[in-house]
Amino acid sequence: MTEPVDKAPEEAAPPSSSGTAPEAIKAIPVRHYGRYVSAVVVLALLGLLAHAFAGADLRWGSVGDFFFNGQILAGVRNTIVVSVLAMLIGLVGGVLLAVMRMSKNPVTSSVSWLYIWLFRGTPVYVQLLLWFNLALVFPYINLGPIYRDEMTDAMTPFMAALLGLGLNEAAYMAEICRAGIQSVDEGQTEASQALGMTGAQNMRRIVLPQAMRVIVPPTGNEFINLLKTSALCSVVQFEETLRKAQNIGNTSSAVVEMLMVATIWFLAITTVFSIGQFYLERYYARGSARQLPATPWQRARQLVFSIGRGTGSGTGTGAGVSGV
Amino acid sequence: MTAMVKAEAVHKSFGPTRVLKGIDLEVDPGEVFCIVGPSGSGKSTFLRCINHLEKINAGRLYVDGNLVGYREHGGRLYELRDREVAAQRRDIGMVFQRFNLFPHMTALENVAEAPVQVNRESKAQARERAGGLLERVGLGDKTGSYPSQLSGGQQQRVAIARALAMEPKLMLFDEPTSALDPELVGEVLDVMRDLARDGMTMVVVTHEMGFAREVGDSLVFMDDGVVVESGSPRDVLTDPQHERTRSFLSKVL
Repeated sequence: MTEPVDKAPEEAAPPSSSGTAPEAIKAIPVRHYGRYVSAVVVLALLGLLAHAFAGADLRWGSVGDFFFNGQILAGVRNTIVVSVLAMLIGLVGGVLLAVMRMSKNPVTSSVSWLYIWLFRGTPVYVQLLLWFNLALVFPYINLGPIYRDEMTDAMTPFMAALLGLGLNEAAYMAEICRAGIQSVDEGQTEASQALGMTGAQNMRRIVLPQAMRVIVPPTGNEFINLLKTSALCSVVQFEETLRKAQNIGNTSSAVVEMLMVATIWFLAITTVFSIGQFYLERYYARGSARQLPATPWQRARQLVFSIGRGTGSGTGTGAGVSGV
Repeated sequence: MTAMVKAEAVHKSFGPTRVLKGIDLEVDPGEVFCIVGPSGSGKSTFLRCINHLEKINAGRLYVDGNLVGYREHGGRLYELRDREVAAQRRDIGMVFQRFNLFPHMTALENVAEAPVQVNRESKAQARERAGGLLERVGLGDKTGSYPSQLSGGQQQRVAIARALAMEPKLMLFDEPTSALDPELVGEVLDVMRDLARDGMTMVVVTHEMGFAREVGDSLVFMDDGVVVESGSPRDVLTDPQHERTRSFLSKVL
């Protein structure tokens, strides 16, 4: 039969560890000679590549001259502005479409399905051109008393670029958000329902914050992609980085040099936003990971400390114990 | 006195599988009502029907005199809207086998969430009450911890505090200690025992026969979707009348 539930007797002390602890282990770490060899090979290849570019028939001086040119900087600013705004449209639209797609209401879920089918199924290049030429279908915008204008006036290159990129992005973000929402354990929804929360409260307070952990990494990817796709907007006369660079290149006959300028700027922008993504992921990992991943700064400090201590076992604090 | 829970011929099927085949029972206010039985007997499903996490297919289920999930008018049943179902659930707390704490919130935020969102309580007041409730379940020093930093027993006590924050008139426990290491079971049962002493109406699906006998006021044994035997825990557990009850108890005791 069962015993009444009671706690273990508190008298009995755990067996005490007798004597001093044995000497800490100091072993020779496994040597990875392959790593040294491959590092040398990679460095050599990089050197060859750099040598080839340096000796190419390019005027590197003009790359430097035009890098901070006012026109180029304006282009960079336009690239960032249109990408960030388009991503916002994509994010809001994507969450909306994902929630609609999973709705019990057959009308909303079909509308969402149709939208995703249409925008994912056509090239963004074509979409940009269609938005730019919307006046052929709808010559006027008429929002009653609020706003009324000719479409050709309203559909500036910027608007065409923003709508073309943003609405296309929403279709992709919808699928990412849906995957994120579905990754959250059903028990979470049950718990919030049992507390009397409504569907909207459950989505906003419980499910979406947890889905973000799954949504953020591919979203960072999407944003990097979007930054680069924004170069296509030159087709609707939008003055982004690549178009500005080409403008200068055509007049100064430094075509490839200006392409290098644009390339380096795109690399710089994507690098900055990748760093932002790291910290965003770290923020949404709170609560799910017992220990947050170290920031690059923290890792650099650990590396420096562990080198100073000799044996490099990774963690800076743990290594201190072995020091004599 | 209206029964806190009243089930009349409750049936529930998942597709072709009939899980509940006519459950009749009554839970009085202030009572600790235990449900035991083998896995797959439908006891957890029945518990989930009480707060409409599962829809029943036939029969009637009342909580505090109100039909769960439906409105009866002129001899016809009307489904309640989601918002109305949510309102019914406010008065029914539930504790899950797998805790289901919100992992992105601290213990305190977990407890304060529903009062703020559902009852529109002020944040300051909800947090203060949440602190008191965590104190009550013995976790006054863990308010800032995330669920992943707590042991199973601590998580389940936070989950109980979270349910209590809505000041329910009925608490449902779905095998609250089944996912715990044996040494952590006691701390959760202690909290539940305190709750019972304070007069909370509790429906407890459990495998803890010791707890059922000590704290329970009534007990039913379920098997294969029906109530096989019911009575006071002492009678049913020590002197089972039915063969199926006897063979089950001989395996778990």
